[in-house]
Amino acid sequence: MRTIAAAAIAVLGLAVLPIAAPWLQFVLTLAIAKGFAALGVAVLLRAGLISIGHAMFFAASAYSVAFLARVGIHDLGLLLILSVLAGGIVGAVVGSFLVRYRAIFFAMLNLAVSMVCYALCAKLYGLTGGTDGMPVPVPTVFGVELAEPAFKSVLFYLSLALMVLVGLSIQRYLNSPLGHALSAVHTNEIRLEYLGIPVWAILLIAYVISAALAGLGGAIAGFAIGRVVPDFAFWTASGHLVLIAVLGGIGGVPGAFIGALFLELLHSAAVTVTDSWNLIVGMTLIIVIMFMPQGIYGLFTRKEASSL
Amino acid sequence: MTRPILEARNLHVAFNGIKAADGVSIAIQDGEFLAIIGPNGSGKTTLLNICTGYIRPGSGSVLLDGQDITRLSPRAIARRGVARAFQIPQLFSAQRVIDNMMLALAATDGLWNAIRPLETAKRCDEAKALLELVGLADDSNRISSTLPEGHRKLLDIAVALALKPRLLLLDEPTSGVSALERFLLMEALMSALRQRRIAALFVEHDMDVVARYATRVLVWNAGNIMAEGRPDEVFSNAQVLQRVVGVA
Repeated sequence: MRTIAAAAIAVLGLAVLPIAAPWLQFVLTLAIAKGFAALGVAVLLRAGLISIGHAMFFAASAYSVAFLARVGIHDLGLLLILSVLAGGIVGAVVGSFLVRYRAIFFAMLNLAVSMVCYALCAKLYGLTGGTDGMPVPVPTVFGVELAEPAFKSVLFYLSLALMVLVGLSIQRYLNSPLGHALSAVHTNEIRLEYLGIPVWAILLIAYVISAALAGLGGAIAGFAIGRVVPDFAFWTASGHLVLIAVLGGIGGVPGAFIGALFLELLHSAAVTVTDSWNLIVGMTLIIVIMFMPQGIYGLFTRKEASSL
Repeated sequence: MTRPILEARNLHVAFNGIKAADGVSIAIQDGEFLAIIGPNGSGKTTLLNICTGYIRPGSGSVLLDGQDITRLSPRAIARRGVARAFQIPQLFSAQRVIDNMMLALAATDGLWNAIRPLETAKRCDEAKALLELVGLADDSNRISSTLPEGHRKLLDIAVALALKPRLLLLDEPTSGVSALERFLLMEALMSALRQRRIAALFVEHDMDVVARYATRVLVWNAGNIMAEGRPDEVFSNAQVLQRVVGVA
């Protein structure tokens, strides 16, 4: 009950923040977008699998939005659904052979495939616009054409609503037999096999879900920025998602969003202080890893556990 | 005679030239409690590994209800009703005892549901009943890695039982279990097996346990069956007493 109340207050706080400081709206939208992608990474981390390539799904959906807009689809809802579907399909194709691998091989193969994806985005100039990227026009919302500032507000509140809805759905999935089987992959694959549970299927489902989540983040980021570029798929972007997931903590769904919000706000604050903002972000990460092994979200869960 | 539930025919397996099974054939009937005894390293666990698809024999075949399962995976064999408890317990060590049980129950009654929680009232009751059976009711909320070795062993057996198997393969079920708890466990286990009409094949080093609970005993030595029969017959065999029981 206390957790629900805290989450409701946090979401309400996020909802009113852009009213007080309008410049925060873009930062928060981007943070939520990255939070979705980091949640995708965190889902796989449950099975002990680190993906250093999830930015490829982020980019796949973002580019899908741009391509779909180019062919004349302009409805926000339809664009979101189709682009997330595209991310999921790419995830199913890539995942069907990557889920056979574990540990460093899984991480490196994800990285390799994502870099192929990056290279394709950067080199297929005629199709993707190369390093210039592709524009993402302002879509219609239920057939209504909005001015850009109004659309950005709609996008922010839609992202916030999706964060709650998708977050609850993922929490439900993680509590289901499938979610528990996913965590069990990390501890004992042999026992899972002897229970008659197909480990590859459990991992493939998780992989597709995680790709779709990254895709949702990519689509939102595409709308928020108004342009998609190959850097969306670059390996540093994938590393950034892992960083967010670890920073926020993988103990629960909110961790990914907490990590993303923390990092984006820290970044926004740090760049106003120094050009060496990476130094501040890096040091913060070291502190979190050393003193908060469960991530920032771990602080809240520990507090709750000790108060019981 | 009825068709055996599990049959191994003319199995040959060798590791680095050492024969673990050298033309061995065994069969286990429905409702039977077949014990396999023999010195360490004689190939008893290898037989369980072959029967559950973990390793494949050099030659020979394994039949379940007359169907060849030699080339099937452990997963496929488990889904055909063969469960296994291990010599070294195979648990989901980061999860609670009851979650281990409920995941095993879900494997047979609704793994693919991504919406309903793992913990349902029905599953929880079933899990608790099985934990009660093996004497772990008080440990249900503990993380399984924190259990003492004997209790981990019991949980491993309970997880195998949760699959509602027709045949249970147990690798040294009483090893690591205290002498006081050993017969309590076996009584509970045998009663559960009888109630649920589960046949069992168990590898065991405790001759008292074998004498008391096995309906038939196979004596395994250097990849061959040295003797076979009712416990009283086998334990009156001078060769068995000298070469196996003495060192078991």
